[in-house]
This record gives sequence, C-alpha cells and structure tokens, in this order.
Amino acid sequence: MSRHIISMKDFSRDEIDFILNRAREFEPIARGNTSSLLSGKILATLFYEPSTRTRLSFETAMKRLGGDVIDLGSVESSSVAKGETLADTIRVIGNYADAIVLRHPREGAARMAAEYSKVPIINAGDGAGHHPTQTLLDLYTIMRESSLSDMKIALVGDLKYGRTVHSLAYALSLYHADMTLISPKQLQMPDVIKKDLKKQGARISETTDIEDVIGDIDVLYVTRIQKERFPDPAEYQKVAGIYRVTEELLGKARDNLIIMHPMPRVDEIDPSVDRTKYARYFQQSFYGVPVRMTLLAMAMEAI
Amino acid sequence: MKKEEVEKRPAGSLKKEMLVRPIRQGTVIDHIRGGQALNVLKILGIYGTTEAVVSVAMNVPSKVLGSKDIVKVEGRELEQKEVDRISLIAPDATINIIRDFEVIEKYRVDLPERIDGVVKCKNPNCISNTLEPVISKFMVNKKPVELRCVYCEHVISEGIAEHLI
Repeated sequence: MSRHIISMKDFSRDEIDFILNRAREFEPIARGNTSSLLSGKILATLFYEPSTRTRLSFETAMKRLGGDVIDLGSVESSSVAKGETLADTIRVIGNYADAIVLRHPREGAARMAAEYSKVPIINAGDGAGHHPTQTLLDLYTIMRESSLSDMKIALVGDLKYGRTVHSLAYALSLYHADMTLISPKQLQMPDVIKKDLKKQGARISETTDIEDVIGDIDVLYVTRIQKERFPDPAEYQKVAGIYRVTEELLGKARDNLIIMHPMPRVDEIDPSVDRTKYARYFQQSFYGVPVRMTLLAMAMEAI
Repeated sequence: MKKEEVEKRPAGSLKKEMLVRPIRQGTVIDHIRGGQALNVLKILGIYGTTEAVVSVAMNVPSKVLGSKDIVKVEGRELEQKEVDRISLIAPDATINIIRDFEVIEKYRVDLPERIDGVVKCKNPNCISNTLEPVISKFMVNKKPVELRCVYCEHVISEGIAEHLI
C-alpha cells in the first residue's frame, strides 16, 4: 500500500502491528544482509532543520534495501534560501523521487506537503508536532526488548511541550498500557491529551518523582527537556536537570526493566547507566533502521 | 409560518418596536447568543460607516438562551460562507429571510463538519500561518464548539470570534 505517513493518529492498531511484524523480518537486512527490494527507487530527504540521527537512519534504511538517496542539503544553500515555498519545493522534488522524507520546523508542514505531493510524504518531525517514525521505533523497541502487552511504562520529562511523547502515549493507549506520567508540575501532560488517552483505554497515573514507581515498571522512557520548546527561558531554568537516572536510583528496579531514550541525551541518564543491563537506548536507535525500512517499503509499494 | 418573536409583542410596546422595527426585505438573524451581535455585524462586514439599514437588539430576554441578540439587515440575503461563520459564534442562531414583511424562509444555522478559510489558527508556528499557499482548515466539534486545526491540531475552544479571518 502506498500512503503518506504523517501522524500516529492515521494508524489503526492492526496497521501498527503489521509494521512492527514486518520490521522484524527486515532486521537481518538492517544488520548487513543485502537486499534489492528498493533497487531503482530514489528517496529524497528534505531536512529544514538539522536532525542528523533521523536523516542518517533513513538513508541507511534506503541504502540497505538497495535504493538511492538524494538530499536537499542545507536550507541555507538551497532554493529555500531564495524564498521558494515548501509547496513548490515538494512539487519539484516529487518529479525526481519516489518518496520524500520531510523534517520541517513548522507544525502541520508534513500534512500540507502531502496535499501538494504526488509521491508519499514521510513526516520526520514537524516542529513540536508529530514524529511518527520515532513512535513506531519506540513501540518496536518495547516489542523486541520487553513486551507490548500488559506493560507498565513510565514517561519521564517534558510531557507538556514534548509532543512526540504525546504521539507515543497515544500509540501506547492502543495497547491499553498502564502509564505513569512523571514530570514537574509545570510540565505535566495537558488535560485534553490525558482525556483522549483515557478514552482510548489507557490507565494513567501521575507523579513528580521517578523513585515512586521505579520498582514497579517494565519500561522507563526518559526524554530530554528541550530548551527550544519553552516560550519563557526562565521557565526552562526552573526545570533543567530536574531528572537524572543513576545507577543508585536503579537499585530498586525490576530485573526486567528497560530504559529508553529517543536521544540525544544531555544529563537525564548518567553515563554509568550505559553499562547496566537496563540500558536499551542504543539498541533503540538501531531499531530505527528496520522500522524505517518497513515504512519506506510500504510507501513505495514494495510490500 | 412562525412569526418573529419580537414582532409578536403587543402594539403598546412602541419603544421596542422602534428598536427592532420590521424590515421589508432582507434577513433577520435571531437567537444570537447574548453579546455576540457586534461580532455578527463584523462577520457581515457592517461597520460604523455602513449605509445599510441595520437594526440590532442586544440582551433581549430569551427562554432558551437566557439572553439573546437580534440583527436585522435590510436588503440583503446571506451567503453560505457568512452563515457558516455566524454558526461558529452563534450556534443557536436562526436565519429568517424576509420578503414583503413576511418570513419566507427560516432555518437554524448548522455547524459544518469542516470549515475552510474562515478562522486563522491560533498557533503562530502552524504552517497555515506562513506564506505557503494554504488556507486554514478546521474540523468542527459541535458540542462544545471546538475547532481543531487540520494541520497542527491546535484546538480553539474560546474566543473564536477573535480568530475569524
């Protein structure tokens, strides 16, 4: 099936399961086995703001499947600098490529691009909006390293402005996850989103302290508190560095706990935690490759 | 056909009849939520310098709404786009089309499921608030009235009148 990939809300639970199961089949290729599934296909990557990790992960996925990648390059040196609209850029690039990966600083950019594009748009982040491929790789990591059924997860950090966490929480609600939201009071998840999640069947509780739940969860999902999302820098200073996962904190953790982080981290997870059996954030970044392979193959109608 | 509520008042209430005098030809917008009449005028493009014959009644006691406003415009019938805009700020409003002092058509405004090019998204970082060739689009929730931007998904639930384009 060929389609745009814009928001997690466009996916049903069955579709998500399909993607996760197909990603499992792509894993050997992501590890180096060769494939020519997308041979002769061209992917265009348009990154209007830097995101090395996501871009490289898409490029890796495309190349491992035998396809090719063209890149817009930096915004400063491209047609964008001459004042070209996104709508025009999309229509031009759509003549060259079989699919477009788009990262843009404005919310809703991918949705608009999809209206103008004759080839599938894959949203790689639109401002503080959606980042569905991140959410899917997060789900895949949980599936591979823990379990998506009867799972207890704690989401830590900026749950107010961090809207990729909102996408993840939404997707987890489709799996009826038991969620604990851990954030300082001023960064709590907005009520309107919590209401939506409960409607989907999620069980939600809230606290301000990781220690309250560390002995009772299967997944600890840590996020960076992003300075750029704060309207007021003084507000950021009040909460910067408020959470720090250390080996000591993990003394009370369950044996099967996994710790995830979308990366890059700043100081939320102490480097000493990397050596523990709980750390999964590097595997998590690898899992981005088979998941993005699946999405590329879907978008280009190869599966 | 049901006559307009204010017109049914006793003839002795001369002052009220003068305030909202019957019109020969045009449109009566009734059951506007109290306080929204001036926003309705704004939607209709009627400002202080208008030459149109316009009557406005504000805060008229109403059994259903508590208080309501009424706007009468002589010599004009509304376009669907105007009715859609009115429905956003006055979802209970009724539109009466008048010809020769008679109500020839009366209907309640109906909120559309989606509204395009009428409201500006309140999120300054939304793609619809840029130079891109894109018109605003909102999905409409009827009760309570809430607009969700198709692009950035921000919700406008209060002060919709302030965001009208």
